[in-house]
This record gives sequence, structure tokens and C-alpha cells, in this order.
Amino acid sequence: MEEKVQWRGFKGRRWQEEIDTRDFIQNNYTMYDGDESFLSGPTEATEILWDELQKLQKEERAKGGVLDMDADIVSTLTSHGPGYINEKYKSLEKIVGLQTDKPLKRAFMPFGGIKMAEEALTTHGYTPNPELHKIFTQYHKTHNQGVFDAYTPEIKRARHNKIITGLPDTYGRGRIVGDYRRVALYGIDYLMQKKKEDFNACGSGSMKGEVIRLREEITEQYNALAEMKKMANIYGYDISQPANNAREAVQWLYFGYLAAIKTQNGAAMSVGRISTFLDIYIQRDLEEGTLTESEAQELIDHLVMKFRMVKFARIPSYNELFSGDPVWATLEVAGLGDDGRSMVTKNDFRFLHTLENMGPAPEPNLTVLYSSRLPKNFKNYASLISIKTSSVQYENDDVMRPIWGDDYSICCCVSATQTGKEMQFFGARANLAKCLLYAINGGVDEKTKAQVGPKYAAVTSEYLDYDDVMEKYDAMMDWLADIYVNALNLIHYMHDKYYYEAAEMALIDTNVRRTFATGIAGFSHVVDSISAIKYAKVRAIRDDDGIVVDYDVQGEFPRYGNDDDRADSIAVWLLKTFLSKIKKHHTYRRSEATTSILTITSNVVYGKATGSLPDGRKAGEPLAPGANPSYGAEKNGLLASLNSVAKLPYEYALDGISNTQTINPDALGHTDGERVENLVQIMDGYFDQGAHHLNVNVFGTEKLIDCMEHPEKEEYQNFTIRVSGYAVKFIDLTREQQLDVIARTCHGVI
Amino acid sequence: MIKGFINSTESFGSVDGPGVRFVVFMQGCKMRCKYCHNPDTWRCDGGREISADELLKTALRYKSYWGEKGGITVSGGEPLLQMDFLVELCKKARERGVNTAIDTAGNPFSRAEPFFSKFKELLEYTELFLLDIKHIDSADHKALTGFGNENILDMARYLSDIGFPVWIRHVLVPGINDDDYSLNRLHKFISTLKNVKRVEVLPYHSLGQMKYDDLGIKYPLEGLPSPSIESLENARRILHIRDYCGFIDGE
Repeated sequence: MEEKVQWRGFKGRRWQEEIDTRDFIQNNYTMYDGDESFLSGPTEATEILWDELQKLQKEERAKGGVLDMDADIVSTLTSHGPGYINEKYKSLEKIVGLQTDKPLKRAFMPFGGIKMAEEALTTHGYTPNPELHKIFTQYHKTHNQGVFDAYTPEIKRARHNKIITGLPDTYGRGRIVGDYRRVALYGIDYLMQKKKEDFNACGSGSMKGEVIRLREEITEQYNALAEMKKMANIYGYDISQPANNAREAVQWLYFGYLAAIKTQNGAAMSVGRISTFLDIYIQRDLEEGTLTESEAQELIDHLVMKFRMVKFARIPSYNELFSGDPVWATLEVAGLGDDGRSMVTKNDFRFLHTLENMGPAPEPNLTVLYSSRLPKNFKNYASLISIKTSSVQYENDDVMRPIWGDDYSICCCVSATQTGKEMQFFGARANLAKCLLYAINGGVDEKTKAQVGPKYAAVTSEYLDYDDVMEKYDAMMDWLADIYVNALNLIHYMHDKYYYEAAEMALIDTNVRRTFATGIAGFSHVVDSISAIKYAKVRAIRDDDGIVVDYDVQGEFPRYGNDDDRADSIAVWLLKTFLSKIKKHHTYRRSEATTSILTITSNVVYGKATGSLPDGRKAGEPLAPGANPSYGAEKNGLLASLNSVAKLPYEYALDGISNTQTINPDALGHTDGERVENLVQIMDGYFDQGAHHLNVNVFGTEKLIDCMEHPEKEEYQNFTIRVSGYAVKFIDLTREQQLDVIARTCHGVI
Repeated sequence: MIKGFINSTESFGSVDGPGVRFVVFMQGCKMRCKYCHNPDTWRCDGGREISADELLKTALRYKSYWGEKGGITVSGGEPLLQMDFLVELCKKARERGVNTAIDTAGNPFSRAEPFFSKFKELLEYTELFLLDIKHIDSADHKALTGFGNENILDMARYLSDIGFPVWIRHVLVPGINDDDYSLNRLHKFISTLKNVKRVEVLPYHSLGQMKYDDLGIKYPLEGLPSPSIESLENARRILHIRDYCGFIDGE
């Protein structure tokens, strides 16, 4: 590749000869270990636009959560004309591009499933277009239809009874992060040329099914790149060549992401690790004297404003699972390089600073890739922003870097993926708590009384015997792993076939690595239940049909969340056992099986479908979210709870171990300075032990209660909290979920 | 081996001494402060028996969170009632490079033996005293806690004389110790001390009331509100807390 004017001043060779964004970053970024004093406040343009957007958000809430929907146009890269926050102020928008022609207007995306796309419309009072209905039912199949055409009766039963749950068979699987930085660094023409080379090199041998499919996919990717150019053209930009300056770099990158969110309504549509990359362009402009710090912050503010506007048309059952309209536009800052250098740049401060310039917000899902070795000034600033906004999550770079290298992104709430090298088959989760009940009841569902699992021998004794239950649980988990993996294999086969992510995959290497991300729900309850059976006496209470429907626990037993190895070792055992059972199975496209302990807000819905458990949790009560200890289990304070979670080996849950904690500001220190320092200490101590993730909330229960009772108060309009795996405006949660959040332990010493 | 009696422990304390701390609540206290929020620690004949080694082992599970400032705070109850155990615990902590702080109301203090020698030995192994002065007036102190404060103020003077670091703490209770006269007297006393690194005013709260209900003890301050922000600010101004904001390391 010849020397390009757009690359003036950039160092390094390899990234110029082939696509290698990481190599570009490592050769060119400028470390920053100073403090936040250089940051700029919002510009006038930012204030005007943010004000307009807040008005729109208010209107959206007043209309029941949806401002506007498109019923007549199938969303593609070029389906809509240009859209702006407000036509009147479009010249103020430094970064442009909306999903449709109007702000917060939700696009019509039928490829995941026409039924759901139409239900989303009718739910909000819109009428589906009969012509489109005809096309997507008579002439073209959708992903959802494909899946249900192939499901077995057994999978359908397991799904209906919610032992496997939240499956991406009615919505886009998401979780694929295109390397959007490539658009800025290389321009579209070069990316097309490279895909063409890949196409020509593919399948010179025999035309087997795999080869044929790959050739078709590369062609789709190539076409998507061509469409991206047209899409940018609608906004008056030519992105065929590399970005020439910071503003173009931000804009080009955003166009790459916009292509993804115009074509896919995946559950998680993450942006990825873009902060350090963009800093290189900003730094060059600052040095060339063509950009000021205030203008640099404005670019980041405007980009973030766009991430705050991403919307998808959803159905009510989806909103129950993932409450508060999240899109997981997850974006990472910080982390260390393989060479040990901190990757913190000024831009990492700028992204966190958006939470001050435009107030707290759930999106983008800001994630700090944490290490105790990050610069102290940065750790302090991140901690301060957490205390002020409760909008940031932390993930342990020291455990992820050895596995994923130093250029991974977070592709959902907490799951890592190598940027531009990998894709993921998202797999929702298996309810291991329900599985324990199936083991006890011989495969009969405790709620519906249907024979869902295999008809193995049920527990017949009055008091549960540890060895008896464990033997049965082991067998039932085998069955569950089998049916779960098969359901996912089938789902992803159909997703590839009917709803292929051409735009995102166009920005990922053709020779892609795939992970197969299973998940666990009900984790802490299984641990405590097994502990109760082992250390206390648990009497089974049966109904007239002989089904065990409740438990009477007599005596004390150790519970997960107290740094007590007796319980915590059960937790480690459970994780390892489940993953090993998953790994026994064939996974679609030779993907690598992983698992996670994260449930998002779906812990409430999963809990509703799960009967009483031997740990004392009653039927219908919410499960604890993610890897959190159960409600009321923690008796020794925050750090004991963190120590328990830190014992779960990340290597066995590469898809993530989510932990959400709320700390009362009064319990964190007397002054802001002390609070910052203590929060940094907590994170250093937690992550140095190898823990994976922490959602940090800093507020008191009284604030939550007041917000629930008075959602109309101005101060609560943007009040954001971290829930399992993402951030959400508290007023956007259902009352049930609000109560659930309030009920959880709020750590504070009195 | 000397055993101690503890009420409970808390893995995360960040308002009882510098940094993030493991807090041990000792069992037993003779004072009966009306606003006490830990009445479950009063009885001297209960608690969980534990050795210093065992307790230290539990505490050290949280070492990674302590950094340079954090450590162990022994609170209560009244830690100075179990001197032998306290000395052993702090000595062993020091051997492990862990700093300790003693959160006390000073009631057991005396210059008489055998207490005084043990007290001096304790000072060799601990880093900080958090001294809670409930009321500057001895008669009022007696009304509030059941005991006068002469020996408590004497302890403060002794620690000042030998230059041992102290944080003075004062729980502000409306109508009991929040008047300007008492606060001014308290300030005057504190200003004679040469070893005070910090003065903290803590607002009274009624969160301990449910413990009284559980224990079947009548709550003496039924219906008393927490002090107002203005009253807190007033107390902090009179006590010149800004003049004493240093940490243990003299920051």
C-alpha cells in the first residue's frame, strides 16, 4: 500500500501492509498519566443538542416509551434519507447519522422474525404494512420461522417451561462487534479490496457446503461495504478513503457502527474498544494545531450523544427480560497493553467526562478495563465518576488480557471478544436452579407439572439426602446441557442463514474465530440449596400429586457470599461441572464453548417461573442476578461478599461473571476524597484476587424509594443505576424490578 | 492462649479509621449510652470466643483491600475491657505488618495497675486511637452514659503527653450535646491536646432502634430526630474540624 496523506505522522509498518488495527494503536498512542484538570466542559452546540435530545426523551417517555416507529420501510443501510436531532440545528451536529430519518424513530427490522416486528408495532398502536407482511410470510422466511420449523418437541417443551430461557430465537442474537475503527483507518475501498482477495482465495479446492457458504458470506460482506459508502453519501460524506483528521475518524468510525444498528436489532450492539484508537487522531490534530481540547471533547460528546439515541422496536416479553430499553452500546476505556504500558489516554478521560458534560446515562455502557496498575489519576477519576453517576462498570483487564490479548472489546454486558477477529454465538441461559428441582422431581416441572425432562427416578425420601440429590442432579444437568447446546446449534444455524450480520462481519477478519456463549441462571440459589442439603436438614413438602413443591429447612448452613469456603467451594464446583458438560457436545461451526454467570434484569422473570428452592427462596421470588449472592445471604459485609465472588475462576466462565454491588455513600467515607480513595482500594483488592467484573452503584436505598414514588421529579429523569450487566434509568424499570433492586442488600455499616 | 469475646466482625469498614478496614466488634461494655446503636454488644458474659490468631486469620482475608492506609479497627462494645486479648491481637497484627486502630470511649482507663501497664504495652503495638468523647461535662456525661468522664479526659491528656495519634469523635445528639456552650467547652479541651489528627462529628441516627426492639429493651431516645444539617455544620465549625483533617500518616 502506498504512503497515504491521511497517515501522515503515524508510525509502524505492519498495519500499513495488512489490516491490523491493534498494531496501529500500539505504535501510535500517547500514554497519559495526568489528572482530569485538562478536560473541557460542554460547548454551546453540545448544550443545545443535548437539550433537544432530552426534550425528545421526555416526549418518548410520555408516549409510553416509544416516540415514533417506522411501519412501511424495511431498514437497510440506504433505506432512509438523512436524519438529525433537530433539522433546525443540524449544522451544530459534529457527528451525524441516525438509524432512520427522525430521531428516536424505531426502524422496521423483520429479518429476525416478522411476527415480533409486527407485534412491536401493534403494541404501540401502529399498523403493520400488509404488503410487507405478505413478503415476509409468503416469499421470504425469517430467522424465527426457520428456528421453529426445525425445533424438536423436546426443545419446545424445555423452552416453554423456561428451563432454557431468553433464547435468541425471537430476536437478533447481537453480540458481534465489528472493528468499526477499520473504516477510519483504512477507508472502505481498501476493506473491499481485501475482502475480494479473501473471496478469490476461498474454495479453490472442492466446493463443500462450508466453502460455498463462506463464499456467499464474503460476497454479502463485500456488498455491505459498498452499501456503507452509499449510506455515508446520504449524509454528504465519502468514506472510500481513510479519515484525514479527528473529526473524520470519529465520523467514519460511527458510520461503521451505524451500518450495524441499521441492519441488526441484536440484544447487544456494542461499539467496542474505540477510545485509545480515536485519541491518536485527536492527539495528531492537537499537535498540528487544527483542533482545540474543547473541540476534541465536543467530538466525543456528540459521538456519545449518538450512542444514547440507539433504539430498537421491541416486544413486551423482550422488555420483561431486558428492562429499560437497553442496547448495550458497550464502550471500553483503559486497560494495559501486552507490553505492560497503560493504554489510558486523554480520550479515556473524555469518554468518562461525557457523564459530567451531559449527565448520567445508561448508554453507552461505559466499561473501565481495570487493573490495579492503571495510572492512579485515572483510577481516581473513574472512581469519582462512579460515585457521582453510578453509570460505570469495571472489568478485570488482568484476567482478560492473557486470554484475549490487548485489543479485545466487550460485546454485551460483560463478555470479551477479540476485536475484528472473533464473533460470538450468544446463548442466553440455562436455569440451573430449575434443573435442581427437575432432579428432585424426576424431570417433572414443579410449576406446570408437565414431564419436561427425562423421567429419571425422583427423590422419594422425606428429608433430602445429599448423595442422592447430587447423583440425580448430575444426571439431570447432563440432559440439560445436551438439549441446551442443541437448541443453540439450531438457532445459530438459522440466524446465519436468514439474518446474517453482513455489515458487522465485513469489519471482521474473514477467517473468524467463533465462541459459543452459554450461560447460567439461578447460580447462587443452587449453591445455597446444595449447602442446605449438605449442612442442614431439608424436608421436602409434596403436593397431592407427590411433586415436591416446597422445602422446610431446619438448622443453619453456610451461604455463598460470606467468604466461607464451605459454600464457595460448591460454587466453584457448580461452574466447573456445568461447563465441562457443555464442552462435551458438538457446537455449531466448531465454535469454542464458554459459559457465563450473568442474568441481566431477567432474574425477575426467571424467578417467576421457578418454584421454591431448598435454600429457602420461595416460588416466584426473583433469583439473585448474575453471580451475586442471594438476597439476605451476606452477613459479613461487602468485602466478604466480594471475596466469595472472586473465587469463581474466570477461566471457566470466559463469557463473564457479573457482580452488582450498591454502596451507601455514607458508608464509603466521610468526604468525597475519602470515598474516591476507598472505592479504588475496594477495586484494587477485588480485582487483584482475579475477580472478573463489578457494577458499582453509590447511593442509598432512600433515594431509590423516593425515585420510585416520585418518578416525575426533575432530578430523577436521568438517574441511572447499574443493574446486572448494564446501566438503566431507574424510572424505566417496571415497578416489580424497582422493588427487586431496592430489596437487595445495600452495603452500609451502621 | 488468651481468648477474646467478640460480638461480630464487618469486612468493610471505611468510616472507622483511615482507609478500608476490617472492623471487630468486641463483646461487652459497661457504659449505657442512651443513643448506643450496638446494644447487642453490652453484655459482658456473651459473645463468640476466639483467639487472636483465628481473628487475625479472618481479617487477613481482606488484606488485598487495605492498601497502605487500611487495616484493622477494634471497636465494640468496649475494647479496653479485654486488654490482654487486645494487646495480643495488636502485637500479632504488627508482626504481620498490619496497622490497627482502637475505637474506644475510654471508660475503663485508669492510671492504676494492672491496667496502666497493659495500656502502655498496647500503645506499642497499635497505631491510632479513635476516642469518642460523649459529653464534655462530667455530670451530663454521667446522665448520658451512666459514668463520669474524668478518667476519659485523663486518657486523652495522657495520650497527648506522649504524642500518641488520636482522632476525636463526637456523636451529635439533638438536645443532649449539640448546644454551643458544650461544644465550645469541648473545643477548648481538644485544643489543649497536641496529638489530635482529626476531629469527627457524627450525626446521631435511630437505626439502632430495631436492635433494642429485638433485645426487648426500651429505646431511651424514642422519637428523637437526627440532627439537622445546620446543626451539624454548626458543631463542625465550633469544633474546628477543618484544622484537623490529617490522616494517620500526618497527611
